[in-house]
Amino acid sequence: MSYIIDRRLNGKHKSSVNRQRFLRRYREHIRKAVEEAVNERSIKDLDRGEKITIPQKDIHEPTFGHGQGGTGSIVHPGNKEFSTGDRIPKPRGGAAGGSGNGDASDSGEGEDDFVFQISQEEFLDYVFEDLALPNLLKKELKEIKEYSLKHAGIVSDGTPSKLNIVRSMRNAYARRMVMNGGARRELKEVEAEMARLMAVDFALRDSAKVTALEEQIEMLKQKIDRTPFLDTYDLRYNHHIKEPKPSSQAVMFCVMDVSGSMTQETKNIAKRFFILLYLFLRRNYEKIDVVFIRHHTSAKEVSEEEFFYSRETGGTIVSSALTLMDKIIADRYPSDAWNIYTAQASDGDNWDDDSTTCRKILEDNIIDKVQYFTYIEITPREHQSLWYAYEQVQSAHPKYFSMRHITEVGDIYPVFRDLFQRRQNESSGQ
Amino acid sequence: MSQAASKAKRQYLSEGPEWSFELIQKYEQEIDKIAKEFGLDTYPNQIEIISSEQMMDAYASVGMPLGYHHWSYGKQFLEVEQNYKRGRMGLAYEIVINSSPCIAYLMEENNMMMQALVISHACYGHNSFFKGNYLFKTWTDASAIIDYLVFAKKYVQECEEKYGIEEVELTLDSCHALMNFGVDRYKRPVPLSAEEERSRQEEREQALQQQVNDLWRTIPVLGKDEESIRKERIFPSEPQENLLYFLEKHAPLLRPWQRELIRIVRKMAQYFYPQRQTQVMNEGWASFWHYTLMNALYDKGLVNDGFILEFLQSHTSVVYQPGFDSPYYSGINPYALGFAMYSDIKRMCEHPTEEDRRWFPDIVGKNWLEVLDFAMRNFKDESFILQYLSPKLMREFRFFGMENDVLDPFVEIKEIHNDEGYQKLRERLSQQYNLSYREPNIQVQKVNINEDRSLVLRHIMDGDRPLNEDTVEVMKHFRRLWGFEVRLESWGKDGLVQTYTCAQEE
Repeated sequence: MSYIIDRRLNGKHKSSVNRQRFLRRYREHIRKAVEEAVNERSIKDLDRGEKITIPQKDIHEPTFGHGQGGTGSIVHPGNKEFSTGDRIPKPRGGAAGGSGNGDASDSGEGEDDFVFQISQEEFLDYVFEDLALPNLLKKELKEIKEYSLKHAGIVSDGTPSKLNIVRSMRNAYARRMVMNGGARRELKEVEAEMARLMAVDFALRDSAKVTALEEQIEMLKQKIDRTPFLDTYDLRYNHHIKEPKPSSQAVMFCVMDVSGSMTQETKNIAKRFFILLYLFLRRNYEKIDVVFIRHHTSAKEVSEEEFFYSRETGGTIVSSALTLMDKIIADRYPSDAWNIYTAQASDGDNWDDDSTTCRKILEDNIIDKVQYFTYIEITPREHQSLWYAYEQVQSAHPKYFSMRHITEVGDIYPVFRDLFQRRQNESSGQ
Repeated sequence: MSQAASKAKRQYLSEGPEWSFELIQKYEQEIDKIAKEFGLDTYPNQIEIISSEQMMDAYASVGMPLGYHHWSYGKQFLEVEQNYKRGRMGLAYEIVINSSPCIAYLMEENNMMMQALVISHACYGHNSFFKGNYLFKTWTDASAIIDYLVFAKKYVQECEEKYGIEEVELTLDSCHALMNFGVDRYKRPVPLSAEEERSRQEEREQALQQQVNDLWRTIPVLGKDEESIRKERIFPSEPQENLLYFLEKHAPLLRPWQRELIRIVRKMAQYFYPQRQTQVMNEGWASFWHYTLMNALYDKGLVNDGFILEFLQSHTSVVYQPGFDSPYYSGINPYALGFAMYSDIKRMCEHPTEEDRRWFPDIVGKNWLEVLDFAMRNFKDESFILQYLSPKLMREFRFFGMENDVLDPFVEIKEIHNDEGYQKLRERLSQQYNLSYREPNIQVQKVNINEDRSLVLRHIMDGDRPLNEDTVEVMKHFRRLWGFEVRLESWGKDGLVQTYTCAQEE
């Protein structure tokens, strides 16, 4: 007797638990591979899965077995020219003919490294593992203009469009039962009495009583009919309440110095940083606007293309960018509706007396509106006045302002992780 | 040919590559009929249609429909998936499980011919082998395995909840490292029964602990003289080959649930033990029968020419044996050797040559079905080759035997497929399939029970072959389970050759 069963509809991810176990066990390897990938991949490419390679020696499951050495014996097929007693020089490296350990390679490729693929989702999970956006709670405390409607039970007042028919009919039915229950019971009794009377022979019938009963029946029926089928106080309405919706839109300001001192390489480093931040924000917010502001002596809002690739020369006035940003926030991104993140990249050059202005603009106008302001300085040289001015901002607003120093591409990811490291006191749920 | 005759002849079961459940059923019934005519005795079949992803899942869990969770299965899965996606490897057409009913997986991607081939191969070939071969009969209990897997999975899961995934994984890692040394090679094991396992498990936990405590009792027993006490306390009294069993019963510090985990791994090892010893016989048997059954379908006019040609093409590539110097060579193909041997036995029964009469007087001229059945039931690879490999096959495969000494810059051809060589060549090939030749002989020699509880493993070298580079790693696993110092000694012909120790850790 044979049974044929279609199992195709059964789950096909039976191995996923084991796969997760495996990923967990080799998380260090994966993290390292991810870190390298973040640093090496071309920028457009950051957002996809990754091939992870783990050396065979780390992944090998050891067993007792025979090693090389001693005398081994083996039988091979396909003899063409050998005859008994032939002595054949061993091929160097002990390939097929020489590996006489009797263990004819049944494992095709023992020495290759173990390679596997993780998905884009997993890749980003590892990239942003243990990182958190700071100050996510702030927005919820502010005045919120966006609401969503939420079911909040049943009420007896409302507009016809929200009438809950099932509930209303159920109420009406119950009310009718209560209101005419007595009358119906009575009617039943009277009708039974009537039937008894009518059963008697016509001549012997008590006609007066019959008439009385008929009247009574008529009256009861009218009473029952008078009970309204649906009454106003049967009506029930679905109730909705407005619930404040935490703003799930964010705007990211990319501010970059494009003065003559910024080389293409420095810009690339900055770009990587911006992209990491963008990917990270995208995991937390539904909608993200990106505003590019570039500046030399004056600031300008530009397209992405222009932001990264066109070059200008001239001096540097950082405050111009901050002023422009403040203006854009005021015009388009009211801070009670938007989560505002700023990433500023520069090589640290600035007009000497402008740095104080920058600090003032930041502290007076901007810092209260943003969720987080990050500044990275990409330079192999000494810090200049801007760095020291910003240091003051950082010490005054450590929760909202962070700055780091980057010298080469390899620093970006560690610095990024450092900037967004989950803080001790923050809720891990976010 | 008359109209009617040609019409009658075209009663094919199907035409075209598409399969359907009705067709699979029809084919299965026809194959079943033919198999019965040949006297194949099988467990009932449970044929399951699965997708290629599910096939990869099945691969990763050594073909088992369910198993406990462990990272190594995840590794296996990723490996299969990666190879498959890169096109480096096709998936096997089938997986079949030694259980009753015998579960066989068919992939939905295969065409009707492949499905029929797989049904013949797995549901009648492997199935009858599982039911008939003495190793499977003695070492496994087909009706209980699925239940036992359910039990094991649940138990491991409970342990993970109680003691943490980490802890359980460590214990399982160590058990897996010693899995091949968790088999009673000579003693018939008690049959598996999930029901009993469950009910007795608690009892056993206590009993085991009791037994361990007894061994480690340090209070002196009154009324015995020194000599008898010392004698009594040489432990183990005989070397123990089943390392996992020894650990389960005697490791002093293990907790009851860890002993149970060892037991589970041990039972799995036991279950797979016959498969490791009957590769050639099992695959050969299945190939022989798919070949025979499919040809019978054709002879009965149930399938058309295209079908049988496509089958032959598939079959030929399955039983192809590349020579040692071919880039595709990766050892002797068990399908090829096994198929050739069964076919050869049949040939010798029916059309013996003078040479066959000399070499195989017992089987020449006998009923081939009976001879084949006997061969399938009573041998394992090693003895099967020793018994049945004919000179004709050695010539056809052009086998040659060599010996290799590491110190010698040359390898020596010891014998080839000629009159002087046949006997010795056959022995050499047979030895190659001997598990105790393939795997080192390592036994528990001695435990220092009175002092530091350290344990000595003895490796008895075979042909001066040393142990591999994993040795110390595996000993660390052994040590983790044993809980105290472990030393491994390799003994050659002339005494102790090498000692391995694992440095103190933890």
